This record gives sequence, C-alpha cells and structure tokens, in this order.
Amino acid sequence: MKKFELACPAPLPAWDQVLLAHGGGGKLSQQLVEKIFLPEFLNPELAARHDGAVVRLGGSRLAFTTDSYVVRPLIFPGGCIGDLAVYGTVNDLAMCGARPLYLSAGFILEEGLPMETLQTVVVSMGEAARRAGVALVTGDTKVVDKGKGDGMFITTAGIGVVEAPAEIVPASVQPGDAVILSGDLGSHGVAVLSVREGLEFDAPVRSDAAPLWEPVEALLKAGIEVHCLRDLTRGGLASALNEIASARGAGMRIEEAAVPVTDAVRGACEILGLDPLYVANEGRFTAFVPESQAGRAVEILRAVPVSAGAARIGRVVAECSGPVLLRSRIGGTRVLDMLSGEQLPRIC
Amino acid sequence: MKFIDEYRDPLAARKLAQAIRRTATRPWTIMEVCGGQTHTIVKSGLQDLLPPEVTLVHGPGCPVCVTPLDLIDSAVAIASRPGVIFCSFGDMLRVPGSSKSLFEAKAGGADVRIVYSPLDAVTLARANPGRQVVFFAVGFETTAPANAMAVWQAAREGIENFSVLVAHVLVPPAIEAILGAPDCRVHAFLAAGHVCTVMGFAEYEPVARRYRVPIVVTGFEPVDLLEGIHMALLQLESGRAEVENQYSRAVRREGNRPAQQRIVEVFEVGPRTWRGIGEIPASGLRLREPYRRFDALARFPVAQGQVEESGECLAGLVLRGLKKPQECPAFAVRCTPERPLGAPMVSSEGACAAYYLYGRHRQ
Repeated sequence: MKKFELACPAPLPAWDQVLLAHGGGGKLSQQLVEKIFLPEFLNPELAARHDGAVVRLGGSRLAFTTDSYVVRPLIFPGGCIGDLAVYGTVNDLAMCGARPLYLSAGFILEEGLPMETLQTVVVSMGEAARRAGVALVTGDTKVVDKGKGDGMFITTAGIGVVEAPAEIVPASVQPGDAVILSGDLGSHGVAVLSVREGLEFDAPVRSDAAPLWEPVEALLKAGIEVHCLRDLTRGGLASALNEIASARGAGMRIEEAAVPVTDAVRGACEILGLDPLYVANEGRFTAFVPESQAGRAVEILRAVPVSAGAARIGRVVAECSGPVLLRSRIGGTRVLDMLSGEQLPRIC
Repeated sequence: MKFIDEYRDPLAARKLAQAIRRTATRPWTIMEVCGGQTHTIVKSGLQDLLPPEVTLVHGPGCPVCVTPLDLIDSAVAIASRPGVIFCSFGDMLRVPGSSKSLFEAKAGGADVRIVYSPLDAVTLARANPGRQVVFFAVGFETTAPANAMAVWQAAREGIENFSVLVAHVLVPPAIEAILGAPDCRVHAFLAAGHVCTVMGFAEYEPVARRYRVPIVVTGFEPVDLLEGIHMALLQLESGRAEVENQYSRAVRREGNRPAQQRIVEVFEVGPRTWRGIGEIPASGLRLREPYRRFDALARFPVAQGQVEESGECLAGLVLRGLKKPQECPAFAVRCTPERPLGAPMVSSEGACAAYYLYGRHRQ
C-alpha cells in the first residue's frame, strides 16, 4: 500500500482566490503555472515551457497544443472568436516549427445564444481552417444555463508534424541572436477594445488574426537556423520577450524606434492609456535567428503577405537572467518588464 | 502622428538636453508634480540625458496614491453590499486597502466595473433603476469637471440610485505643503499641465512669489519635460521665480472657465487627508449642500475605523520628494506590483511603479 503523505505537495499560492489578473498573461499567470500546475504535472515535454509540446511517436516528432478562447465581443472588426480558436492553436503549433494538421474543437454555449451568432462563428471557423490548411476532425458541445457563460467559449487542441530540423525552444536562443518581429503591433487588441468601449476611428482598426505557418515554413525552407519562435498573443511583445529571456536565462536589448506600430493603433492606445508593446496580437510573432542570417530572414518574411511588415528590433545579450531593456526613441534606456496582470486604463 | 511625434523627436530631445547641460552650473532639484510626468521621465529614460547637476524628484500628483486607506476600505465595503454596482477608473482597482483591494472584492462576488467616464456610471444607473450605482470620484482638478458633470446630470434627471464616493484633491495646497515643510529640498516645480488646462495657472502666481520658487506649467511628452526643465533652470540660474507656461498648446492662464463653473457649482473646497502626507487644509473637494444626497458615504454608512499603514512603506516620503523609490528597503523585495505595501507601487501614476517597471536596471 502506498504510504500516506501528510506533507502538502505544493506550497499554497499567495492568493486565496483566483483573480482576473491570473488570466492576463503576465506575472500572475506565470505564478499560477509555476505554483499550481507545474508541480503536479511536470514532465520533460512540459518543462520545455513552449507554446506547444513536442512529443516523439514512432519515428516522427509531433507538436501538440491546446488553447481556450474567451473574448467579448464574440465578433469584432477583422474576425470573431471562431477565427481566433483556429489561428491561435495552429499558430502555437507553427511556433514549434510544426506544420499544423488536425484540430479538435469543444464548444461551451450559453443558453439563449442567438443561433445566427453560432452559425457566423462556425462558418468563420470553417473558412479559417481551410486557410490554415487544417482539418477539424473531432469536437464536443455543451450548453450551460443562462448567466453561466459569456455567450460562447471555445477550446481547441491541435496536432502538427515538426518540420524544423533543430529544436525550436527558448533554450536554443543564443547570445548575439537577432530578434525579429513579423509586423506591426496591437491591431487585434485595439480592434476588440474599440468595439467593447464604443470607440470609432476614421479607418477602423481590424484584427490581425491570421495563420502563421506560411512565414515559418518560408524561413525553414530557406535554411534559416531558427532558434526560437513565439506568437505575441495575450500580454503582447513585452511579455513574450520576457518569457523567453527568463526561460533561457539571457537578456535582450530592444530598439523602440524599430518596433512598428501603426498610427491608428498608437492613437487608440494614447486615448485608452495603453502601451502597444503589451497589447494582444493574433497574427504576429517574434523569431530568434543568428545575427548573420537576420537580414535574409527579414527579407524572406517580407515576401509573405502576413509578415510583410517584418523588422529586426533588437538582439539577445549574454547577461544571465538580465532584464529586457528598451532604448527609447529619445535615446534613454528602460526596463521592458512583464505586467502583473492586464493593463488598466488610467485616471487622467 | 501629429501632436505626438514632434514631442518624442530624438533630435529635439538631444538639442534640449544640450541646452540643459549648458545652462546648469550648480546642483538643482526640480520636482515634477504629476505622476503621469514621472512615468514619462522613467519610461523614456529621460534622466540618462540630464547632467549630474539636475536632480528630478517626484511629487504627490498620483490621485490613487494619495487616496486615504480608510476611504479605500469604505469603497470595498460599499462595493461588497448586495445590489450595488461599483464603478471606478481602472487604476484604482489594484490599490490595496487594509484587508483587500477592489479587484479582490470583485473576485469575492462584488459587482465592480471599470468605466472610462463618470457619465458611463450615470448611464448604468439610468439602465438599472433597481440597483445602486456608486462612482469612485478620484482625481485632481483634471477629473473634477467630468465628475461634477455626472452628479449635476444625475440631479437634473432625478437619477436617485446614483451616488459618488468623493476623493478629490487639489494641487496648489499640496505644493504649498511641500514648500512649507522644514525639510523641503525642492528648488523648482514642473506643474501638471492637464490640471492647468482646467484651472489655468493664475493660482500658482502667489505661490511662486511667496516661496521664491519657479513654477513651469509642463506637458507630458519627453520633449515637453526637457523643455520644462530647461525653462526652470533658466529661471533658477538667473534668480527669477515666476510662473511660466511650457504647455501653451493646451493651457491658458485663465484655464477652462465653463469647466471651473461646473466644479464650483457641485463641489466646495474642504480639508482632506492625503495618504502618506496627512491632513492638508483646504486641499480637497466635497459635495455642496444641494448635491449631498449623492454622497455615497452618507447613503451607505460604513464603519470607518482607524487603520494602520504598513510601517515599512515609505510612500509618504516618496510622495513629498524626500526619498526616491529605490531608497526604500522594501522596494522590489517585499513590495512589488503583485504584492504592494503602498499605493505608489500599483498605480500607473505611482513613482514606485514607474521605477519598478522601467527603472530597475539602475539599482
């Protein structure tokens, strides 16, 4: 008989209840993973702490990932929860250097959801899956009482075949690597917020939601030695860079003036008191490649429509667990930190 | 982007930094009053451009930081009452009260909502006649007109399920409190541009004369701040002590008269306790008699006990410019944005948050 252990397997977290900020993609989310999930589930695949896990089955390497989608409003300029549920998961696979192949989809629907909304979302999902080259091969539906769900939640899981020759994980990042950004930041977050807050712009900001395997495949086919990839979803560029820096134990130096942000997104962020470096994207990623290949990598990315705005924004430095530093437009230096939770609109 | 790019221009910044280096011949300490300015300074790394003669200290202009602990406790207590919809600007939600923050109250089931304008709270009250809608009216003179407008509109429309928890503070009495303290080391002030868009700057003229201190009304972008610092230095080096206006694209001497009239109609000046500083006479706003029925503290009696601040937190010294955030032994060790001891560590206008988020590499 197994000996009964009195000792608590994991120390209790600092908070006695879950806060919204635990889901914001910042430090509290990280703490939740480290203190609650990792101690119980830890294994070598999970320990890599990448967007998806790479598992070996027979002779092949498969990438496997899952993500849940909760967004209000369900439909926004440039997309809907259905596109996100497809692109978010195929992008996590692409960030493992894997060609996305199959998805599952679980729907939690709230009683009273207009059938037309469900239809719109499902049609968008179908189109998104065709665009991303994946098949939705299994699924599940549950309905909860009115008031117990925000219209609709979707969870998707995905499988892909790894085509990258070397491991694409934070641990592969080398000091001296160039940091490349695949396009302008913040349009997804601003598109969603503008509907939520009833803001109108001369030219509406549309979500950047898009599948990212095509640009990744272009880099791999050209023989670029890709060390790490990360899509910039919740928490934005700043959080992604910090996650990789802390997982790798390296520092980064980023040039603010090199980070592309459109005037429309900047304007909206000024009004809302947000920093575009932390705003969510659904069709942008960073790539870490050797400095000697950086110029070619940017050119290759620019030839693919979804990453036509690619730019080299900084470099990796050796300083162990050093912070991500940003050189401001006026030439000063500051820390580019991870937020605790979500960005909050300020008072004045 | 117009009205932004020219004030973040690297060339303009370099030229002003050179002018500052040429002008400063002696050590000078300049205080920027507003927390928004503090954040620009630290976020843009502006201090890297300044010569060693110029020291910037950060002032009390963070409304969230100076809102007293017992008032935050009252907010949490009111928000936790059944039937109440509690509305606030987002910034206020993370600030710790003596037992919890509004965010934690929300996680515990309170209906706490972030609004962008107090008028959104009035709209909520109109749409939910069976609920009590309370707005946390926090801020300096900048937010006072909109908050006054919300109360005025609720009164005009007879929306009796709306009320406000008032925590309004005023800048000039705070500047005087800092200048009047025996340990004051501030030689010049950069006044908060947005406060002056509402109030103008005539009320600073007697302060400049009485204390022989230059006051420059300054904007919020890096080039604005460098220009404000340069204007203050020119005064200091030539022995002048006047009120000057760097932020002339937004501020006039007389301010915004209709906005001022709305404030005066709804609010009157009264004493107020500033968290970390103490009571300052005639430094806050409270509802005038015809509008007192909209006072949330009168509508929802909550026990206001004496509450103890963390003994370790140096927020009071930081807010008066007597200490820099990283001089606090708890900074980034026992006090972080996730587990703050004081409000300046969580507010997006708090000096400790600015140093933690953007300035930790300087330690």
